[in-house]
Amino acid sequence: MIEKSDTCSETHKRILMCGNEALAEASIIAGLDAYFGYPITPQNEITAYMSRRMAEEGRVFIQSESELAAINMVFGASATGKRTMTSSSSPGISLMQEGMSYLAGAELPAVVVNVMRGGPGLGNIAPSQSDYFQATRGGGHGDYRTIVFGPSTVQELVDYMHLAFDLADVYRITVVILADGFLGQMMEPVLLEKKPHRELPAKDWALTGAKGREQNIVRSLWLPEGALEALNNKLKAKYELIEKNEVLCEQYEVEDAEIVVVAYGIAARIVRSAVSRAREEGIKAGWIRPITLWPFPTEQISRAAEEFKIFLTVEMSLGQMVEDVRLAVAGKAPVVFYGRPGGGTPTVDEILDKIKQLTIPEKR
Amino acid sequence: MKTVFKRTPTLKDCPTHYCPGCGHGIAHRLIAETIDELGIRGRTIGIAPVGCAVLAYDYLDVDMIEVAHGRAPAVATGMKRTNPDKIIFSYQGDGDLAAIGTAEIIHAAHRAEQLTVIFINNAVFGMTGGQMAPTTLLGQVTATTPKGRNAAGEGYPLQVSEILALLPGAIYVERCALSGAAGVRKTKKAIKHAFELQVEAAEGLSLVEVLSPCPTYWRMTPAKAMEWIEKEMVKVFPLGRLKG
Repeated sequence: MIEKSDTCSETHKRILMCGNEALAEASIIAGLDAYFGYPITPQNEITAYMSRRMAEEGRVFIQSESELAAINMVFGASATGKRTMTSSSSPGISLMQEGMSYLAGAELPAVVVNVMRGGPGLGNIAPSQSDYFQATRGGGHGDYRTIVFGPSTVQELVDYMHLAFDLADVYRITVVILADGFLGQMMEPVLLEKKPHRELPAKDWALTGAKGREQNIVRSLWLPEGALEALNNKLKAKYELIEKNEVLCEQYEVEDAEIVVVAYGIAARIVRSAVSRAREEGIKAGWIRPITLWPFPTEQISRAAEEFKIFLTVEMSLGQMVEDVRLAVAGKAPVVFYGRPGGGTPTVDEILDKIKQLTIPEKR
Repeated sequence: MKTVFKRTPTLKDCPTHYCPGCGHGIAHRLIAETIDELGIRGRTIGIAPVGCAVLAYDYLDVDMIEVAHGRAPAVATGMKRTNPDKIIFSYQGDGDLAAIGTAEIIHAAHRAEQLTVIFINNAVFGMTGGQMAPTTLLGQVTATTPKGRNAAGEGYPLQVSEILALLPGAIYVERCALSGAAGVRKTKKAIKHAFELQVEAAEGLSLVEVLSPCPTYWRMTPAKAMEWIEKEMVKVFPLGRLKG
């Protein structure tokens, strides 16, 4: 647990924090008005931290009766124009999908943190990346998207929490932070200071009481013929703008690479080590790390696929992001998958072996 | 000439989509009158349920939100805690509050949220075509109890207000009925009290259960539906103040 003096007054100094607490403090610095959450492992540090710190700040903390209630409390607070968030882990995020669909339909800003664990079902409590499909395809019912960040360090958790709140307000959208049990639990030095932020639009749609103005209505039901289609097309235009403006991606030694390893989040850190080892052994390897999982860096991967390279996607799942990589590569190059589901973690050696198998002729 | 009755400004001047003899229109008027009498239109936020009253914002001229089925008390909690100066009310039917939203209403009361809940009990799911509600009476024929509700297998009518009245966080619970002028007047008084408590920042949840006619799915004339409330419904859902 970090003392208050370390978190609030000295944001310019690097301090050691676990991912869950760091993202919680980052949210408070980003102006979070209200946090709602229900306990679930491996993200319990967030609810515990929030219960203490939000009270200190005179802001709202509620431990809800369920994840359903938590996301709907977010829905209510957001509709009044407040900055609000919830956090959970995979099974709890499944319960929140109803609320996330309504948030999309009503175009309300929200931030949802998923500290992923293994599934399906109750699964286990080990780190996993098996909620990629759910996060990047909307997750609930209906035609919608959420912005999804896949941070790979505790510092990135902090930085993208700040950006997440701004993007949520700018686009009136839910932003998902797709972390995992490793990131939530691991301790790393972080700088908490707030980064320069986006220009934010006025929330003239918010429910504040219709004093001296016409009533505001927040809704997702559009019954007249063509009305919902019009909303869907409005959302589509917004999603296209996000795809154009908000893609974040990092890449390393891709230009001359024979093999490009694509990975996100914690898996990308293991890949980074494996690729460095491969380079040391004379294999022309590089990596691409999507930071936004939606919008996906389709352009960047498509460009890399122009020259013939082998793509290896590494995930802590049975293969989910690999489908987006295949869509981006569009048949221009082979795309191979290596993953460990159910809480398994790919090792540097395993990935290096895979790289060798794919690049050294006698190993193929 | 003396004006004895006029439309209150917060009730919009438009026809509703409700069936002839439905109670929602009366309940809406009582809420609108209360808001105007208390002078709180400029700081009130209403929550429309999933059900026949989903379009309540077309008739009530206050800031309103439409929420997922049953989740109104959670949404209201998020609003009130971040805006303690606002008056937050939810308007929920028996499917919304007594079936899918049981956890949310129990826990909002359990946390003593400063909210006003108007619970419309018409013993049936209206919007979806007259299916059994938790509050459907034994023997009552609905789309999903074609032989009449049978306690064995379909359970007994659920008395949610009695359950809520047990919770320390529920400070005022009253059951009224929209049958007859006296019933409407009593309902108005109860609704007004439930709003007043929130205006006074009384520490807890106020709920008014309103027995309301659904002639369409009770397969009755509007007049018979009013009679049925007085003769049958009140036997299972006795009127009066349960708490506070």
